[in-house]
Amino acid sequence: MRHTLSIVVADQPGELSRIVGLFSARGFNIETLSVGQTNDSSWSRVTVVTCGDDRTIEQIVKQCERLARVREVHDVTRQPHIEREMALIDVAATPGEMRQEVLSLVGVFRAKVVDISQTGMIIEASGNKEKVEAFIELLRPIGIRDITRTGCIAIGRLSPVRTTNVVDEDEIFVEQAG
Amino acid sequence: MTTPTQTLRIDRVPGVLIAQKPRGAEILIEALVHEGVESIFGYPGGAVLHIYDELWRARDRITHYLVRHEQGAVHMAEGYARASGRVGVALVTSGPGATNAMTGIANAYMDSTPIVVITGQVPTPLIGTDAFQEVDTVGITRSCVKHNYLVRDVRDLAPIVHEAFHLARSGRPGPVVIDIPKDVSAAQASYSRFKNITFPCVERSSMPDPSVVRRAVDAILKAERPVLYVGGGIVNSGAADALRSLAEELQLPVTPTLMGLGGFPSAHSLCLNMLGMHGTYAANMAVAESDLLIAIGVRFDDRVTGKLATFAPHARVIHIDIDPANVGKNRAPDISLIADARAALEALHSEIASRQSERLEAVKRRDQWWTTIRAWQREQPLRFSGSREQIKPQSVIRELHRLTRGNALIVTDVGQHQMWAAQFYPFSRARQWITSGGLGAMGFGVPAGIGAQLARPDQLVVAVVGDGGFQMTNQELIVAVQYELPVKVLIMNNGYLGMVRQWQEMFYDRTYSEVDLSVSPDFVKLAQAYGALGIRATRPEELEDVLTAGLSHKGVAVIDVVVAKEENVFPIVPAGGNSRDMIVSQS
Repeated sequence: MRHTLSIVVADQPGELSRIVGLFSARGFNIETLSVGQTNDSSWSRVTVVTCGDDRTIEQIVKQCERLARVREVHDVTRQPHIEREMALIDVAATPGEMRQEVLSLVGVFRAKVVDISQTGMIIEASGNKEKVEAFIELLRPIGIRDITRTGCIAIGRLSPVRTTNVVDEDEIFVEQAG
Repeated sequence: MTTPTQTLRIDRVPGVLIAQKPRGAEILIEALVHEGVESIFGYPGGAVLHIYDELWRARDRITHYLVRHEQGAVHMAEGYARASGRVGVALVTSGPGATNAMTGIANAYMDSTPIVVITGQVPTPLIGTDAFQEVDTVGITRSCVKHNYLVRDVRDLAPIVHEAFHLARSGRPGPVVIDIPKDVSAAQASYSRFKNITFPCVERSSMPDPSVVRRAVDAILKAERPVLYVGGGIVNSGAADALRSLAEELQLPVTPTLMGLGGFPSAHSLCLNMLGMHGTYAANMAVAESDLLIAIGVRFDDRVTGKLATFAPHARVIHIDIDPANVGKNRAPDISLIADARAALEALHSEIASRQSERLEAVKRRDQWWTTIRAWQREQPLRFSGSREQIKPQSVIRELHRLTRGNALIVTDVGQHQMWAAQFYPFSRARQWITSGGLGAMGFGVPAGIGAQLARPDQLVVAVVGDGGFQMTNQELIVAVQYELPVKVLIMNNGYLGMVRQWQEMFYDRTYSEVDLSVSPDFVKLAQAYGALGIRATRPEELEDVLTAGLSHKGVAVIDVVVAKEENVFPIVPAGGNSRDMIVSQS
C-alpha cells in the first residue's frame, strides 16, 4: 500500500542524505520525495511517498525516528490530510486545433499555461497524484516532450474529519476527466 | 509528539585555566577532559597535527595509546568501552585513517558499543576537491553510526563533542563520528566550559509504560512454558541483577544470546546457556516448544532465529527493548515494551511483588516445564570426544576455565574458537565476555583484548583467537608490550580458517577452497620478536603446563595451542533452518 510520510528534520547539511541513505540501506522504496522549510526556518519537512505493508511502514517510521536530527515522523496516510503535487508539462501543441484542445483541458483541470511558443506550450498542473496523472494521460496523444514533477507534499486537515467525507475538488475532477 | 529540544547540562569541572581564545584542538581536548576521557587510542597524520600537538601538551591529563593500524584503535576503544561501561575514544587522521577505522565503527554499531571516533579532515576550503588524503568521512560512515558530524565552525566544536558523548552512551548505545577539518582544529574561539548546551536531538522516554508492564506480568504469570531470551541489552543497561531476581522468583529458564553471555550466570541452574546456530540443544528446544518468549535487549538476529517463520512457533512474544526499531523488525511481538532493560525488569519485578499468590501458583506450575527441559539437557548436553593424540579445542577452553577459576575476562575473535569459548567457558558476571557479534569481524580479538586490559588492570584478560583472525591484527601486540598491558593471547591454532572449512565440509562436499593456513609464521617466534612471551603446546599432556606458564606470566604472553585440525562446532543449526534441523554431533 502507498503511504505518505511527513518527516520533520533539522535544516542542516547532510540531513536529507541521512534519510535517503536510510531508505536505500534498508531496502525501502522511495516513490516521490520533496523537501522544503517548515514555518520555522531551522526545520525542514521531508515528504516521502513509499510503498509497503504495515510492518514495513512501521519499520521505516521507527528507523527514521532513530535519526538524531529527526524531530517527528508521521504516516499521514491514515489521518485526514491534503496531498498535492505539481507538474510542469512541455506539450508539442502547435497553433490551431491542437492548441485549442490543450486549452480546454487546461480549463477543465484548472491548470495554467505558463509558457507558449510556435511549437509548444508549458503547462503547470497541480493536484493530487491521480488528477495530475489523468491530466498527463489526456495530454499524451497531443505529444508531451518533457515532464517535471515535484513529488507529493502533504498537510493535515484543519478539521478532524475523515478525508473521504470531505468534498475534494480534485476527486471530482478525476471522475470527470477519467 | 516529542519535544523539539533538549538541554544537556555541562557542569563546571575544575581544571587548568585555558587561554582566552584557545585553538579548536585545545577546545577538543578540554571537552574530552570534561567528558571524563582519560585514554585515547589513535594514530597521527596530517589532518590531525594540531590535535596531536595539543594532545602532547595535555599528556598528563589524557594518555594516548599509539596503535599500529587504525582498525586496532577502534577495536581497542570498543574493548575498553565494553569492559568498563564507559565511552571509548579513538582518534585517526583523514582519508586512509578514516577508511581503516571503518571496520571498527561498523562493529561498534552492530554490537551497540558506545564509542566516539574523532577523524581529521582536509581543511574546509579543500573539501570536495579530491584533496590529498580526502574522503567523505561522514558519507562513508553514515550507515553505521548513531550519528556523525562534520564540524564546519570551531564555535560548534565543544557542543558537538558533548552531544556526541551523550548520544554514544544514551538509549541504545553506539558509535558517533566527529570529523574535524584541519583549519577548524587550528581556528580560535572562546570556550566557556560551564555553559548549558542545547541541541535539537530528540530524547525519547525509556521508562516502561505501567499498563504494558501489567499486561506483560499477566502473560508471564499465566504462561505454561515461558523462556527468557536475553541479549546484549542486559549487559549495556546493567540489568544482570534485576534479571536474576526475576528469573529466580518465577523459576524462569534463561537463554542468553552470544552478546548476552555474562548477563546471567552460565552455571546457574536456571540457565540453559546460549541459543541459536551454535546454541545448546536444551535452549533451542525450549524456545521451539515455548508458549511465551520474554525477549529482553535482543533483536531476533538471524543467527538466533534461523528461519523466522518457524522460530518459537507456539510462543506469544513479549519484546522489551530500548530501541523501538528493534521491536517488530523481525518478529511481531504480542506485547512490546519500549524501555531500558533494567528499568523494565525492575518494573516487572515490583508488579509481580504485588501479586504474591499468583506468583506462587505460577512457580508451582513450572515443575512440568522444568522436567521436560531437564530431560533435554540430559539427552543432549554440550559434549565433545576427547583424545590422547591431539589437543581438542573444547578441552583448551575447559582447561582455561579451570586454571583461571572462571574469573578471567574473555575476549574473542571470530570463528570456531569464538563458539567454543561461548559454549565451554561458563561466565559468572556481566562484562566478563567481549566478542564481535553482529559484524563478525575477524581481527577484533587482539586489539579489543588490549583495550579491555587497559580498562580493567585488575583482571586477567585472555584474548582467545584463531590462527586466521590473529594474523589480521597481530601487529597490535606491540601496543600491549609498549604500554605494559599484560594481555594473554591464546591462539587456537588448527591451521585452517576453521569455521569456513566446517561449512565447506558440511555443505560444500568437503571442497576445502582457500581455507588452508598451514603455512603461517611461527607464532612463538613472532611473539618473541614483539618482546612478548611465546610458548606452544602441541600434545594434550603439555596443555596444562603451557597454559599455566602463559597465564601466570607477568607480561604479555602468546600461547600457541596447536589443536585438532578438523574439529567441528556442534550443535549447529544450518543457516535458514530451525531447531528440527539441528545437528548435535558428528555423524
